[in-house]
Amino acid sequence: MYTQGLDQKGQPEPGRDAPETPEQLEAFQRRIDAEEKIEAKDWMPEAYRRTLIRQISQHAHSEIIGMQPEGNWLTRAPTLKRKAILLAKVQDEAGHGLYLYGACETLGVSRDQMVADLLSGKSKYSSIFNYPTVTWADIGAIGWLVDGAAIMNQIPLCRCSYGPYSRAMIRVCKEESFHQRQGYDIMVELCRGTAAQKAMAQDALERWWWPSLMMFGPSDSDSRHSAQSMAWKIKRFSNDELRQKFIDVTVPQAEFIGLTVPDERLQFDEDTGHYRHGEIDWQEFIDVISGNGPCNRQRIAKRRRAHDDGEWVREAARAYAQKHAARAA
Amino acid sequence: MSNDQWPLYEVFIRSKSGLNHKHAGSIHAADDQMALDAARDTYTRRNEGVSIWVVRSSQIVASDPAENAAFFEPAEDKIYRHPTFYEMPDGVENL
Repeated sequence: MYTQGLDQKGQPEPGRDAPETPEQLEAFQRRIDAEEKIEAKDWMPEAYRRTLIRQISQHAHSEIIGMQPEGNWLTRAPTLKRKAILLAKVQDEAGHGLYLYGACETLGVSRDQMVADLLSGKSKYSSIFNYPTVTWADIGAIGWLVDGAAIMNQIPLCRCSYGPYSRAMIRVCKEESFHQRQGYDIMVELCRGTAAQKAMAQDALERWWWPSLMMFGPSDSDSRHSAQSMAWKIKRFSNDELRQKFIDVTVPQAEFIGLTVPDERLQFDEDTGHYRHGEIDWQEFIDVISGNGPCNRQRIAKRRRAHDDGEWVREAARAYAQKHAARAA
Repeated sequence: MSNDQWPLYEVFIRSKSGLNHKHAGSIHAADDQMALDAARDTYTRRNEGVSIWVVRSSQIVASDPAENAAFFEPAEDKIYRHPTFYEMPDGVENL
């Protein structure tokens, strides 16, 4: 579902302990500038590898943790149709996590290591999944806004310079459109319903709007790794550019179903053709990514429990495979 | 019981009859059959395939990109393998 510029501060300087020669680095940059894709076994600067491992593994973790807020409503979906759709969507999120773990493994990090880093809290995931889903309308808001923001971010990632990541993103993007549409469909239906249902949709928009804008990561002026990621063509647009695009396409969608975006300063600027928006509460963003959002502890505790509870399944599968291999021998 | 992670498999999918199998990605699985099932659930949730191959990644023999220049060199200097190498006289047809 989503990757985010999470740890913009406090990371080691790229290339600080790298033994690369200037000639190698220049040759690599020439390939990037020529829009050549970098493949798994190609030479790459250590900092490029580390940046990708960090970004792709965070992205994979986000897909996996992202199953929790939505999974919360699987047993309480209002109809069988909505339940079947939500189940398919949550299964897609698991699939997206697997595509991404697979892409990340090509960089030389093991799946077990990535999982361990998520469970220990060493590796981060998107801030958005630390917010609770308290009503059914939240499922609509997540599909519409969170997946909408994800699409905005992921479409340029389809052209990322690293081949395996780019291919995984193409696959993800094909599926993501279903996610966004099913979310908007929920909102449309609520807005056409009773006054209470419409109020539920409005409430969900109010709670998810600002956290969705934060998904694009810190403002360009505070985003430390952006310039290098742009030069390596991992990133194609800045955080603020993507955020602006998202606002421009989403505000009319809210108006179409009679919902009000919770930003008093939101105003369409005729000259630029863009919406001007109010200040984002960056302190809230920092709090959430530092582990103090509404659900951070709950999310990781649940993921740890699921991992532990799955141990007997993994053990059984291994035992079954060993038994059959022994019989065949 | 060993706590090692399951072996890695590469997944190849034929999207429809008449086309080649194409690399789709990879999955981990405890054995071959489970690899096929996992590949189906991971890579063909929307009818993306009519046939799946899975192969242990450790079984794949790959060329080394660092050696590309030398490895593919034999094809570099044989431009006479391409039809455009030959200039046909004006007036001759169906060639």
